[in-house]
Formats: sequence, structure tokens, C-alpha cells
Amino acid sequence: MLKLPIYLDNNATTKPDPRVVEAMLPYFTEYYGNAASRSHPFGWKAEEAVDYAREQIASLINANSKEIIFTSGATESNNLAIKGVFEMYREKGNHIITVNIEHKAVLDTCRKLEKMGATVTYITPGIDGIVNIEQIKNAITPQTILISVMYANNEIGCINPIKEIGELAHKNNILFHTDATQAIGKIPVNVINDNIDLASFSAHKLYGPKGVGALYVRRKNPRVKVTAQMDGGGHERGMRSGTLNVPGIVGFGKACEIAKTEMLDETKRLSKLRDKLENELIKLEETYINGSVKSRLPHVSNISFKFIEGEGLMMGVKDIAVSSGSACTSASLEPSYVLKNIGLDDELAHSSLRFGLGRFTNEEEIDYAIEHVKTAVNKLREMSPLWEMHKEGIDLKTVEWTEH
Amino acid sequence: MAYSDKVIDHYQNPRNIGTLDKGSENVGTGLVGAPECGDVMRLQIKVNDETGIIEDAKFKTFGCGSAIASSSLATEWLKGKTIDQALEIDNMDIVEELALPPVKIHCSVLAEDAIKAAINDYRTKKGLQPIED
Repeated sequence: MLKLPIYLDNNATTKPDPRVVEAMLPYFTEYYGNAASRSHPFGWKAEEAVDYAREQIASLINANSKEIIFTSGATESNNLAIKGVFEMYREKGNHIITVNIEHKAVLDTCRKLEKMGATVTYITPGIDGIVNIEQIKNAITPQTILISVMYANNEIGCINPIKEIGELAHKNNILFHTDATQAIGKIPVNVINDNIDLASFSAHKLYGPKGVGALYVRRKNPRVKVTAQMDGGGHERGMRSGTLNVPGIVGFGKACEIAKTEMLDETKRLSKLRDKLENELIKLEETYINGSVKSRLPHVSNISFKFIEGEGLMMGVKDIAVSSGSACTSASLEPSYVLKNIGLDDELAHSSLRFGLGRFTNEEEIDYAIEHVKTAVNKLREMSPLWEMHKEGIDLKTVEWTEH
Repeated sequence: MAYSDKVIDHYQNPRNIGTLDKGSENVGTGLVGAPECGDVMRLQIKVNDETGIIEDAKFKTFGCGSAIASSSLATEWLKGKTIDQALEIDNMDIVEELALPPVKIHCSVLAEDAIKAAINDYRTKKGLQPIED
């Protein structure tokens, strides 16, 4: 039975897996101890659960459990990684290399560090959204202490050459951080093979609870340290103080364990469904896929339907939860900076929709989405003066518009 | 952000979508906005030369639901009005009628601009001076 509305916004957040919720519940009701309480069984039980979750999480990315630092989510992890490295290694240099389509948690952190004496190079990726390794190589200076490049982009799903970037960083004695929020739990991420020194990720993107995340901090070759950004009881090897969110961490651990066992099959299933959706939708005229189609997450599709506006389109498919790069969806009235920075026209950025499939997406839902998106696109094009002009053979670039 | 019932109604059942002959002597066409800004409205009026009354109004809009609703409402209001009455339509009337939130006020401004542009196009065709703001 098809249940409406349909959730296709899994890059924003995911539904917690019922197995995750079940694992968490006893830690709200029975085992409510503080994991830092060393003197009684309540604390021991909580600590045991946290240790177990740490193993589950580390195992998903081929890390050691000691290398997992719990945080409140990927935003905090990105802040801790970048600010923490800058503070810790400042004597070595003040230069950071990143990419201008990173998440705001990375970009705004870098902007803040610029005010505190950092020099930051923001690389512009290609139209496919992928960073060219040569661009990074050319940006390195003797002052470079950190390269921060996202594993996969949250809007278009393109996957960067992480292993090569890590190799380049290590060859030059530079630390490598990756915001792996969209990748971990969806595609194989191996911190050893990928030469990653620091990796940010979050439970709620992989069918776990909100409010808990982690920063992977490498302990060997090289041993990495970050300056704490939260002072207090010295939890998490002194890198992040604060009482641990035990139920959240238990859920995070369970979510990672499930992801590890089911990832391979799930990747195949989702890419098949995504391709079906995409292949059907691009049959519509003047419809374009944004970002790389070669190196991309299996569950993401970002499509521009030219001559119609994204928010208008979302309103036409109100039973399908998606998101748009259109300005109207944000308070700023600016279209998606990710789409703009990969070189898309503003007009196409305004016309984009992002479909994010997930573990609970089924084929019936995809069929519904295909049918309803097509209908809405056709209806809105009949309403669009731009479509009419296009059909009359008018080149919209030659029209004198009244900007406002 | 939830849409008001009236915005939803205009979006789902837009009034007066279509195209009038822009070459016709008694049709005024206003095209405002820009594709890179995310909204473009084309509003057309057909004026009865004898009575000076707007007999027909049509629109096509590229934009969000509020932009579509603002232009749809504008065409509804224009029909049956004289040019002078049409010039009295204020964007805040549209905001009020559609209960547009502050972030969508620009949609109503665009609709008012479209009305003025259509009227000026008609006036120019008739050899009259365009009306300044």
C-alpha cells in the first residue's frame, strides 16, 4: 500500500531504523547512568554500551575504536576538526585548502578562521562537482596545514577522489580532513585505504538518531591531535568535554552495524531505483542532471527542469518530500551556492530538485514520483512564459530582463 | 512554511492562463522579472477602445507558488476595470488577499509591476505617454 506523503529527502535526514530505536530504548528507561561514573553499576553499564557502540562505529570505517570522538553531530565535528587543527598546528602554518561547495559547517568555520589569521584557499570544482587533484596540488604552500574536502556532496551526490587527495596530503606532510557525512554508511569508507586523518559524520544521516555524531581522529601515522573547542570534564580523550549521549551513541552504533552488513545490497537496490527515476524524468525535454553521473552516491539525483521554478514545482508535487536549489526555499533569496559554484546558470539552479532515496524507499513510491513529477512539470510549463518563448524559438539570453 | 488556502487555490486552479495576441492594437503586454532571479511574469490586458474597460486579462508565470497566485489574482482583479482603476491596484492588496508572508512580498511587487508594464505597453501603442511610478 502506498502511503503518502513519500519521503525522498534522505540527504537532509533519514528515518531512524526501527532496530536502532529498539536498541536505544533501554538506555532511556533502565540504563540511564552517566558513562563517566566509575563508582557504580549504573555508570559501568553505560560505559560498556558506549564502548560497544564505539567498536561498531569504528568497524564501519576501518578505524580503531580509540579514534572515535563523539560529538553532537557533523556540524560540531567539522568545527572541531578544522578549528582544532588550526589551533593545534598553528606554529607549523596557517594555510587551509578547501572547496567552495563544501557544507556551510566547513565553509563558515573557515571564514571564521580567516578572521583569526588563517589563509584559506577555496577551490572551485568542475561542472561535475568533483575536485581535480591538480588544483589541490597547485594550492599547496609551505604554510599549508590542512586540506578539507568532502567525501560526497550533499546536494548533487558527487564523490571526490578522496584516496588520491589523502595521498597528496600525506606526501606533503599536511593533515587531511573529510566531511564524510553523506558517504559513511552509504558507500564503503575506509580511513586507512583512503589516507584520511580526520572524518566527520553523523548518526541521523544513516538511519540513526539526531543529535549525535563523531569525529574520527587518526592515532597513528600520523598521530593527530585537535585542540578541544568545548572545555569541561575532559571527556573523549580531552578533545570533547560533555556527558555522553548514551542512548544516542547506542543508536549510532547499531545504525553503523546495520549499515555495514546491508550496504552492499542496499547500494545496488538504490542505484537501480534512482536510475529508474532519473531515466524516466530526463525523457522530459530540457531536463538536465546536475553534477557527475560517473562518480556519485547511489541514492541521489539532482535534476533541473528548465523553464520552471523549483519551489513552484515542489508545490505541484506536495505529496513528495524533496528539496530544491531554488532561492525561494531559502531565506536569502539566493539559489544554491553549490549549483552556482559548479558553474550552473542561476536559471537552472532555480529549476532544480534533489531526490534523495533511502532504505525505506520502494519501487511503488518511485513510480508515483515519476508520474506526478512529470505531470507537474508539464502543467507548469504550460504556465511558463519562458517555456512559451523557448517554443517560439526565442533565445532567452537575448531578452532584456528587468532585474529586481 | 505553509501556504495559505488562497495561494493553494490559485496555484491549483489558476485563473486566466494564456496568451493574447501581443501584436494587437488593443492588447498591452507586460513582461517583468528575470529568469536568473527565479521569477518572470507576463501579464496581458485586452482593452475595449470605446469603453476603456479591460475586457480580458491573461498571464503566464515562471516562479514559485506565491508568484503564480499573485499573477493569477491580478488577472482576476483586472477584468472589468478601467485603466485608471487598474492603476490603483497596490501590491499590498495582493499581500493581504493572499496572506503572503514577508519573504514573498516581492511576488506581489512583481505582479504590480506587471500590471503597470502592461498598461504602459497599451498606452504606448495608443500614442500616449507611459505612466511613471
